[in-house]
Amino acid sequence: MPVIFVENQPYEVKAGQNMLAACLSLGFDIPYFCWHPALNSVGACRLCAVKLLKDPNDTKGKIVMSCMTPVNDGVRISIKDPEAVKFRKSVLEWLMLNHPHDCPVCDEGGECHLQDMTLMTGHVYRRNRFKKRTHKNQYLGPFVKHEMNRCIQCYRCVRFYKDYAGGRDLSVFCWHDSVYFGRNKDGVLQSQFSGNLVEICPTGVFTDKTFANHYTRKWDLQTAPSICVHCGLGCNTLPGERYGTLRRIQNRFNSQINGYFLCDRGRFGYEFVNSKRRITQPGKSKIGEIANIIKNSKGIIGIGSPRASLESNHALRELVGKENFYAGVSKDEFETLSVITGILKNSPIRSASIQDVSKSDAVLILGEDVSNSAPMIELALRQSVLNKPAAIAEKLNIERWNDGPFREAIQDVKGPLYIATCNNTILDEISKTYRAAPDDIARLGYGVAHQIDADSPAVNGFDDLAGKIANDFKNAKNPVVITGTSCKNKSIIEAAANVAYALLKIGKKPKICFVLPNCNSIGLALLADKSIENVSADTAIVLENDNFPNKAKNIIAIDYLTNSTTEKAHFVLPAATFAESDGTFINNEGRAQRFFKVYPPAGEIQDSWRWVRDIMFALDRPEAREWKNFDDITAEIANKVPVLQGIVDAAPKASFAMYGQRIPRQLQRYSGRTAMSSNIDVREGKPADDPDSPLSFSMEGYPGQPPSPLITHFWSPAWNSVQSVSKFQSEVGGPLSGGDAGVRLFEPKESARIEYFKNIPPAFKPRDEEFLIVPAYHVFGSEELSAQAPGISELAAKPYIAINPQQAKGLSETIEITLSNTLYQLPVIQSPGIPIGIAVVPVLTGMRWDGSPFRTMLK
Amino acid sequence: MEKPLTRNFAVAPLSLAEYEKRGGYEGLRKALKMPPKELQRLVIEANLLGRGGAGFPAGKKWSFVSMDKDSHPKFMAVNADEMEPGSFKDRVLMEGDANLVVEGAIISSYAVEADVAYMFIRWGYNLSVERVEKAIAQAYEKNYLGKNIMGSGYSLEMYIHTSAGRYMCGEEASLINALEGKRALPRAKPPYSVACGLWGRPTVVNNVETVANIPHIIVNGPEWFRKLSLTAEGGTKIYGMSGKVKRPGFWELPMGTTIGEVLQEHAGGMSDGLKFCGLLPGGASTSFLTEEHLNVKMDFASMAKTGSGLGTGTMTVLDDKTCPVGMLNNLESFFARSSCGWCTPCREGLPWVANILESMEKGTGKPGDIELLEEHTFLLGSGHTFCALAPCAMNPLRSALKYFRNDFERHITEHRCPWK
Repeated sequence: MPVIFVENQPYEVKAGQNMLAACLSLGFDIPYFCWHPALNSVGACRLCAVKLLKDPNDTKGKIVMSCMTPVNDGVRISIKDPEAVKFRKSVLEWLMLNHPHDCPVCDEGGECHLQDMTLMTGHVYRRNRFKKRTHKNQYLGPFVKHEMNRCIQCYRCVRFYKDYAGGRDLSVFCWHDSVYFGRNKDGVLQSQFSGNLVEICPTGVFTDKTFANHYTRKWDLQTAPSICVHCGLGCNTLPGERYGTLRRIQNRFNSQINGYFLCDRGRFGYEFVNSKRRITQPGKSKIGEIANIIKNSKGIIGIGSPRASLESNHALRELVGKENFYAGVSKDEFETLSVITGILKNSPIRSASIQDVSKSDAVLILGEDVSNSAPMIELALRQSVLNKPAAIAEKLNIERWNDGPFREAIQDVKGPLYIATCNNTILDEISKTYRAAPDDIARLGYGVAHQIDADSPAVNGFDDLAGKIANDFKNAKNPVVITGTSCKNKSIIEAAANVAYALLKIGKKPKICFVLPNCNSIGLALLADKSIENVSADTAIVLENDNFPNKAKNIIAIDYLTNSTTEKAHFVLPAATFAESDGTFINNEGRAQRFFKVYPPAGEIQDSWRWVRDIMFALDRPEAREWKNFDDITAEIANKVPVLQGIVDAAPKASFAMYGQRIPRQLQRYSGRTAMSSNIDVREGKPADDPDSPLSFSMEGYPGQPPSPLITHFWSPAWNSVQSVSKFQSEVGGPLSGGDAGVRLFEPKESARIEYFKNIPPAFKPRDEEFLIVPAYHVFGSEELSAQAPGISELAAKPYIAINPQQAKGLSETIEITLSNTLYQLPVIQSPGIPIGIAVVPVLTGMRWDGSPFRTMLK
Repeated sequence: MEKPLTRNFAVAPLSLAEYEKRGGYEGLRKALKMPPKELQRLVIEANLLGRGGAGFPAGKKWSFVSMDKDSHPKFMAVNADEMEPGSFKDRVLMEGDANLVVEGAIISSYAVEADVAYMFIRWGYNLSVERVEKAIAQAYEKNYLGKNIMGSGYSLEMYIHTSAGRYMCGEEASLINALEGKRALPRAKPPYSVACGLWGRPTVVNNVETVANIPHIIVNGPEWFRKLSLTAEGGTKIYGMSGKVKRPGFWELPMGTTIGEVLQEHAGGMSDGLKFCGLLPGGASTSFLTEEHLNVKMDFASMAKTGSGLGTGTMTVLDDKTCPVGMLNNLESFFARSSCGWCTPCREGLPWVANILESMEKGTGKPGDIELLEEHTFLLGSGHTFCALAPCAMNPLRSALKYFRNDFERHITEHRCPWK
């Protein structure tokens, strides 16, 4: 490990990084703009200037950029050197020449990296007397606001958008001091990662438009650690609330999962919480009546939910009994989920996190359009394809942190990424593709496995492609197979597992990454042993779910938004969303993660498990008395369900305290506290109690860094922006100090025998005029909750049916099709990627189809 | 006195047949019989220093290129993006003897075994493009270019790239970025272009005048070349002079000719009624020199000792009836406009400097402005910026503040430009 000298003090640091990162990790405050731990160094802003000294007696030295200086052994720098200090101050002075100084009306104010850096460098007096240049702003869609005059030209936006996220429609235009960052014309940003511009931008050029609609300062937001509910990846988020409405979502760093970024569905989907469709009517008075109905019912069933917490699902399972508890998903989906949980529980293969995917150097995707079903995987894949070509840069002695030369050296060479899907995907441009019916995708997987290990079952017809994939996998250090439930085809999952097994057999360390539709699909599949197909009972209790197609004499729905189930339900109990409740979700990797109430629910809204408990009270069920708070029910799950034992470690218990203090949800600068409810009572009320967690609904409490699952905000003295995350890591870009939040429940069973799956499906055979209808998922519109957010519904996909142009001849412009007993007229889209005999129909909120493939005639 | 670079200018533009009759392509014929490493050695021995302005030994630059079998594809780019204010030597070479430039480029390419060569020509140099285009076409016809050149086994394709016209494109890495179709931004160094250049491959970028010297070195040998010069740096140099002198123009003279000789003997001295105040010796990004420097020999080493530099060797003369602040204003506005916008000091600092100078010219300069300008000559210094543009832009300003400080002060105290 090299030793570097800062102000003549020696420090041992990790090799292969730059001086800026090393110094920040050591706790020094070196200001910076263009550098970002995920985007690395380019040396543009010149703010991280330090003095490079030859030896202890060198008093002259020379100014260098710490971000562009490698940590070679013996490198000696001074941060405090007067010339370096003067230079850094000047950089700020230059950047402020054209900045509008409009902090009071700027949405970034109070969490602005530019404000922080201005203070840090000490630039306080404006000497420039000339006019400022001004720019016109652009309309960039419903998510991101644009105010170019504030720009300090750090180039982070385009580096993230284009280089990191693969976007094409945001760029830098013009030249010298008029450089302009935007689109070639006004319009909606096309990348589903556009929201990250809000956090990447060090000042207020790109700000959160949904936040602006109900704006509040960062210091006035009440925040708590949370988990994204809009897909199965479990990205860590920090939702913020003021006056009882959820105001925004920000990224919560987790080095294993989302890192510094979120997708737009995760960032902007939150507005469903404030929806007019929220169920708010009181329910407590109806509990007695509900108990009576249950008592007199001939049969009672509980329908669990893949978007409800483990705790709520468990409570319902306890109420109705294990044998009457059904997973609220279709039969096809449940079957694929069961195969996945089987692999998680019993196989010798390690499940991959998003981070694992980004570190892989060969990837095969079977049957998933990850850009739409789990967007953050796309972001990880865009990094993964750089890993193999990194050898080119390595040969030229270019280290990865040196982003400019790194990208110049590797140019557009991409590492192996193979995508087998039914239709084109956004990632096609960086991958080799195979378009086929779901069963044929599974067959390809079997073929690849067989090419890797001849002992695995063989299929005919894939020698060429499968051979290539197998070859790339054999040469890879970190091969990953990605698969998921989108095709509702369990053969695909089994084929993917076979590929991983085969790789393990030849001595590789493969990982398998599952893509799941909901935030707690795995949790539900671990609690339920059957799906809802063809069940009927007198009384059904439907938990947070709009997937109950059956009839029942009495339907009791516990949910937060009205939907077709709540409409036909006889009783509706107002449930709390993720923002007003606590719970545990298990993500695609099998990682148990805790989310916390951001704010106390209004009126009679409460956690779903509390509604179930209330019903059980009314039924005189004594066991519910044990569920005094959240920890009790979590502990009970851990006791009763062996595979879920680990969930109690996902976060500290409610009794946890830091030096006797709770962890405040509000910042020390939280304002207006005494006036907030003075329209009701001029006396300031007592802060709401939180029996469920160590967090308080208050600004009082422990001001330092709590354990990672309890971090309610990223803030550090002099670091008011999101850049303060570095202060919560022991090494910038690395895990949060003390480890990232969440616990992995499943580790590979190394002793497990490899047993290949053998049920190879027959090859797909197109039939005349009959099509196999397969689902397409869309990042905007396919997920139930986010679709209720106005911005997302504006961009949501519209219904269509897509087929191969060869088969479109003779078909009219619209096609009638019956989906789940409802007749739809769908416009025909021609897509050359779609195989003959396949028709693709989107799964959209509002269309009554769960995405299970079926065959039908089209005319 | 031999003038290898301009000897064909009198009969310009030459047909290929005419060029060959006067010894053209002999250099290439001879070169193709030698191993590339031998060519590199000859040029190192000739001590040919890069004529783009930096004066790096050309043969040495070539020797950094990997000659391994797996180093292909490799590229050669001839930098004809001449945009340095006051400079026009590459233009006269391309217009005067395009065949020589093309032949030089082919031999240079062979010396590093480049597979493709690009002639990167400044936008607006229409006649140069026309003549180089013709020279390339003729070379292809005679198999001086293309597959298996004259049965040697060496193949080279050559293309003209007409730049979109930014000063920045003349910077080596920016030129490469521009060739790749990207914004003409400089690149972080290391790695250097000879290891990781165009499309990430080994690339040599040579100036037009540099490559034009190569055929002669090959034909006549390094010793002959070194003897052309009055100093240790080999060859002749195309010197130029503009400004209010009697006969502005360009002259091919031995390397190391003094400034005074060029001014008095070749440019005919100052125009009638004007006095010599100073000059920029090698383009706008070199420092002013004054009367005391007229005996300095114009080669890279001697000029470096003055604190200025040879640069392109094309001088701009300042006379006593021209306002130095106005001249600076003109120059710094050019540099401010030419900044690529990548790094802060250059992007923001230069316009501020230009604004101050403009304000002085208008008579609205303020006390403290000179100090602010001086501060910038430090702040925009070498190593503080991403590339050399801003530090170079500070050269004329720093020296002007030294030699013409009084003129700056008068602009402020008199609230006007004293020359107007």
